[in-house]
Amino acid sequence: MEAFTTHTGRAVPLRRSNVDTDQIIPAVWLKQVSRTGFEKGLFAAWREDPSFVLNDPAHEGASILVAGPDFGTGSSREHAVWALQQYGFRVVIAPRFGDIFRNNATKGGLLPVVLPGEVVEEIQDLVEADPAAEITVDLGAREVRYGADGAHGFEIDDYTRWRLMEGLDDIGLTLRYADHITTYENGRQSWLPTTV
Amino acid sequence: MSEGRTLAEKVWDQHVVRRAEGEPDLLYIDLHLIHEVTSPQAFDGLRMAGRTVRRPDLTIATEDHNVPTRDILAPIADPVSRAQVETLRKNAAEFGIRLHPMGDDGQGIVHVIGPQLGLTQPGMTVVCGDSHTSTHGAFGALAFGIGTSEVEHVLATQTLPAYRPKTMAIEVRGELPAGVTAKDLILAIIAKIGTGGGQGHIVEYRGEAIRELSMEARMTICNMSIEAGARAGMIAPDETTFEYLRGREHAPQGAEWDAAVEYWKSLRTDDDAEFDTVVEIDAASLTPFVTWGTNPGQGLPLGASVPSPEEFADPVERAAAERALEYMGLTAGTPLREIAVDTVFLGSCTNGRIEDLRAAAEVLRGRKVVTRTLVVPGSMRVKAAAEAEGLDRVFKEAGAEWREAGCSMCLGMNPDQLAAGERSASTSNRNFEGRQGKGGRTHLVSPAVAAATAVTGRLTAPADL
Ligand code: SF4
Repeated sequence: MEAFTTHTGRAVPLRRSNVDTDQIIPAVWLKQVSRTGFEKGLFAAWREDPSFVLNDPAHEGASILVAGPDFGTGSSREHAVWALQQYGFRVVIAPRFGDIFRNNATKGGLLPVVLPGEVVEEIQDLVEADPAAEITVDLGAREVRYGADGAHGFEIDDYTRWRLMEGLDDIGLTLRYADHITTYENGRQSWLPTTV
Repeated sequence: MSEGRTLAEKVWDQHVVRRAEGEPDLLYIDLHLIHEVTSPQAFDGLRMAGRTVRRPDLTIATEDHNVPTRDILAPIADPVSRAQVETLRKNAAEFGIRLHPMGDDGQGIVHVIGPQLGLTQPGMTVVCGDSHTSTHGAFGALAFGIGTSEVEHVLATQTLPAYRPKTMAIEVRGELPAGVTAKDLILAIIAKIGTGGGQGHIVEYRGEAIRELSMEARMTICNMSIEAGARAGMIAPDETTFEYLRGREHAPQGAEWDAAVEYWKSLRTDDDAEFDTVVEIDAASLTPFVTWGTNPGQGLPLGASVPSPEEFADPVERAAAERALEYMGLTAGTPLREIAVDTVFLGSCTNGRIEDLRAAAEVLRGRKVVTRTLVVPGSMRVKAAAEAEGLDRVFKEAGAEWREAGCSMCLGMNPDQLAAGERSASTSNRNFEGRQGKGGRTHLVSPAVAAATAVTGRLTAPADL
């Protein structure tokens, strides 16, 4: 996974709440068995509408998505994270995220940033007025900076922040505790089922 | 701080492999369910890193999302769907994982087969690359959906690093009135707390109305926990749970059974335990419940009318309602009972079990459907059980289509889809835009309401017939 420290880029305002993962990437796109090529399916249904914000040339090349509350609810499909990343997003800012989406995002190095609704709207207003405005997301300082003097802190637990900043693979980290796992396994209750 | 622990905390603590200050707990996973959609990239990841599956004996795979519910034994016509199913077969064979392929009598929707086989038991941790894994919480298991990276993590290590979510009690007071089902109850709960209401929480459903529910009805409730944003939903195990499990293929036997039951009985929230959040619902006041919008929180009693966006004080909800009405092609003020549908879908991991089929058949017996009606059992064993009871004949005589087991129109990855602008009454769990086919419009309903709706062509409760 690519490490995430600080990212500065332009942002797209997505003024919708409850953007579920079926909207981020519709089910027909999930049939692929590879991990690439999902950018074409990103918001596939909405992108057919020429007035959809992602189709606005002013926002071309933006790398930060600024959305309404409950972004990424619904299905557990990690394809939603892959689609956003492969399209070019590195950060999603929203007042609230679906839990599984948020988890999936941090596994792949897409940073989900929770900011209060007013701040999200302030950033949306800013980039609507000036699509070239740059936003800085500073994971080290746990802060988003925007406009002339806009700045707002965000919360992220130390462990996830460290993992993202180092670009570390979770499996590698867990395998250091293989002995703990074996010890636990030896103590499991005997009636627990096996699938064989 | 009180000493007592909630059910969720007990199950969580029992599975901690390693705990360290400032780090997520490393949790042991007792059962890992796999299906064709969210696993291929995880197996690729294993191969690329030269890793193996640590516990194939705690892993089980089935084919469900892409399954064509007609001609199940023929090769899948859609080459991309076929490739995905074939990839699962190849991966299962390579890594030594038990698989129930199409046509096999154990095949079915992943959340239907776990309980059916007796693999889902109280106090276990169960994960699957599928958000409706919450279904298994009906047994007092801690069960939650994960993404593909986590699937790979569980395959490689049989553990997951995770922070313990907060706990929420949903206390359902009183008894459900006759004609009101588990589906109506969970839709009413989601409408009350909202699609983000359970975010960051494990929900425990409690109270008299919950204890009265059958295992299958409890699965319907826990299944939709995710639609309220919750990480998981749980119900404390009791005699109903034990009776359901007794004698199942993978349930403990003899002395092991006794020891297990003894332990399972301890899996209840202590009297002095405290939940982070408590929500109360009055069961006695409920009536059949349906959705009108494009998220599962946009629901109302069937007797109500399509709301006007102005009724929502919160500007975000108002905008969402406006958009939903436009997408759904509905006008504020229209009585929900006047909404005409083109298709009725009976099935899914929410309502595709035998009791659901019985409830629908009871309504359809001796009646005719006026809409396209798809009846899709949740598993091949549910199908066989229904046929043994003659339910298939009831459906066919009513003019409904009797299909093979799979996810089907719940998400339309197979040929069962709505066309743009078509409207369904569906017993599934998501009314998202395009969920059942691009441009399709979905109203979530109970099996009984689905059946009555098929008879009249409009959203209808059995009592209206
Ligand atoms: S029936 Fe629907 S919700 Fe359930 S596992 Fe299949 S697609 Fe997912």
